[in-house]
Amino acid sequence: MTQSRSPLAKIGKGLQILLLLAYAVFALFPLLWMFIMSIKPDSQMLTTTFIFTPTLENYATVLHSDYMQFFFNNLIVSVAAVLVSLVVGVPAAYALARFQFKGKEDIAFTILSFRFAPEILVILPLYLIYQRLGLYDTYFGLIWVYQLITLPLLIWILRGFFEDISPDIEAAAQLDGYTWWQVFLRVLLPLVKPGLVAAGLLCFIFAWNSFTFPLLLSNNVQTSTVIALRYLASDTVHYGQVAAAAAISALPEVILALLIQKHLVRGLSFGAVKG
Amino acid sequence: MSTTLSSPQTQPSALPPEGSASKESSAHARRRRFRPYLVLAPALILTIGIFIPFIAAICLSFTDYSLNSSDVSFIGFDNYLSMLQSSDFWHSLGITIEYAFLCTTVEMLLGVGVALLLNDENIVARFLRIVLIFPLMIAPVIGTLIWKLITNPSVGILVGPMRMIGLGDFKWAASPDSAMFSLVVVDAWVYTPFVIILVLAGLRSLPKSPYEAALIDGGSPWFVFKNLTLPMLAPVLLITLVFRLMLSLQEFSIIFALTEGGPGDATMSLSLQAYNRAFPFYGLAEAIPMMLFLWALVYLVSFILIGFWRRAQQRAAGVA
Repeated sequence: MTQSRSPLAKIGKGLQILLLLAYAVFALFPLLWMFIMSIKPDSQMLTTTFIFTPTLENYATVLHSDYMQFFFNNLIVSVAAVLVSLVVGVPAAYALARFQFKGKEDIAFTILSFRFAPEILVILPLYLIYQRLGLYDTYFGLIWVYQLITLPLLIWILRGFFEDISPDIEAAAQLDGYTWWQVFLRVLLPLVKPGLVAAGLLCFIFAWNSFTFPLLLSNNVQTSTVIALRYLASDTVHYGQVAAAAAISALPEVILALLIQKHLVRGLSFGAVKG
Repeated sequence: MSTTLSSPQTQPSALPPEGSASKESSAHARRRRFRPYLVLAPALILTIGIFIPFIAAICLSFTDYSLNSSDVSFIGFDNYLSMLQSSDFWHSLGITIEYAFLCTTVEMLLGVGVALLLNDENIVARFLRIVLIFPLMIAPVIGTLIWKLITNPSVGILVGPMRMIGLGDFKWAASPDSAMFSLVVVDAWVYTPFVIILVLAGLRSLPKSPYEAALIDGGSPWFVFKNLTLPMLAPVLLITLVFRLMLSLQEFSIIFALTEGGPGDATMSLSLQAYNRAFPFYGLAEAIPMMLFLWALVYLVSFILIGFWRRAQQRAAGVA
């Protein structure tokens, strides 16, 4: 809308940019501050603000500590959780998008509702069940419970992507003599690939961020998200190392988030808003 | 694009190849009928696997199970009755509602405001649209950790500026008076981008023609916003509100990381209260009724709002 260039409009424009800048500072400064702290030596932590001799010492310390073990734990559990969800969720999403059958919407909403049950409610009985079954403090136990986070998200996002594909394409492929599975694997999966990648990465981010489940259902097999918080609680606080640990944990997600930006709206709203 | 959660099915379910249909054996037809369930089976099995803990939770809630004693006996509704009689429960319910109300209100107002400002082409808007998702993507606990560093009395960057405006002894999460405020700041930092992203997507999908008509009629910006943008945006606003309310009512990790429910019990929400009962104080079975209550509350709120959302969708379709 390029109408009037009156002084009032100019002031409005300036004010708009000013307000946006204010929000940008609120949203981004904490991250910048984390980065600044992470490259500040401990000796200058209390005495300086922005001017100091930058160092990578904090990162070196964290990278050589057992934090990296927890980092890889998080990686293993999150990647495995997403893989399980993909294997189970892709066919389910397809079925919910394409087939008409009894109880369809009920099933879809039941799957979704698990995502919105209080995590503590799930954890209380699971804590006992896991102890009995020997799943407490195991990779498998965490991968299993992470399905609560990843599976509903994946199914609901992918369902929307499958619905976007015209059934005519499938019909045409079937007339060409392909069996149903061939159509699914060779025609449909390539078509939903962008959605698949976006949904998978978003699931990974949420699995990676999970805090309550690993905190209460695991102990030695711990993830970096939980451990980063413990860093700060320990009595000899090296603030620079805390910041470096936080930065190491946050970096993969910032990169992944940029990759899936195009599909983020759909992902965040479980397909309710198509961006 | 329109907003659809359960989009109407327009396509035919099966794809009958005309000629072969008559020749097909009944086994084939049966396989087709069961195919949806077959394809869904792995997800359903996993879902049932998730059901078991819920049923176990309900069963446990009728016992006096605790983590530090081995004998368990059936005590009926005692856990529920003692919950309703405990002042801790009502206090925590109040905190939970206060937290959810404050966070959701701040995030919706701020989010819609920023989204309206971002729906424009200038350098700041273009830059912010890309980087704004960072706080949302990093773990809420890590975000809380960063805010703990920012507000830390010895190394925090905010100490100096706060002193300058005469709030030198502002204690953030360490004081019962400002703990809730600090939580809302952190929650808003993490989740306002969520609101912005969804509302911005809604704004960008609005049809152009009603605006052109309004421009010809010479409506004021406020008139246009109130009578055009708001009704057409209502479905997106409502679904965003549902998501934020559902999750802020049960927020655990931000509160746990920042205040652990304290100081004292100043920020002891239901999730924190249940956690405390179950783990540090071993009363696992006592904690379950609180969480079932919370779940029911979340359901009730979202059920009502989704009703509004459906109606808003129909109305918005009428406007456009």
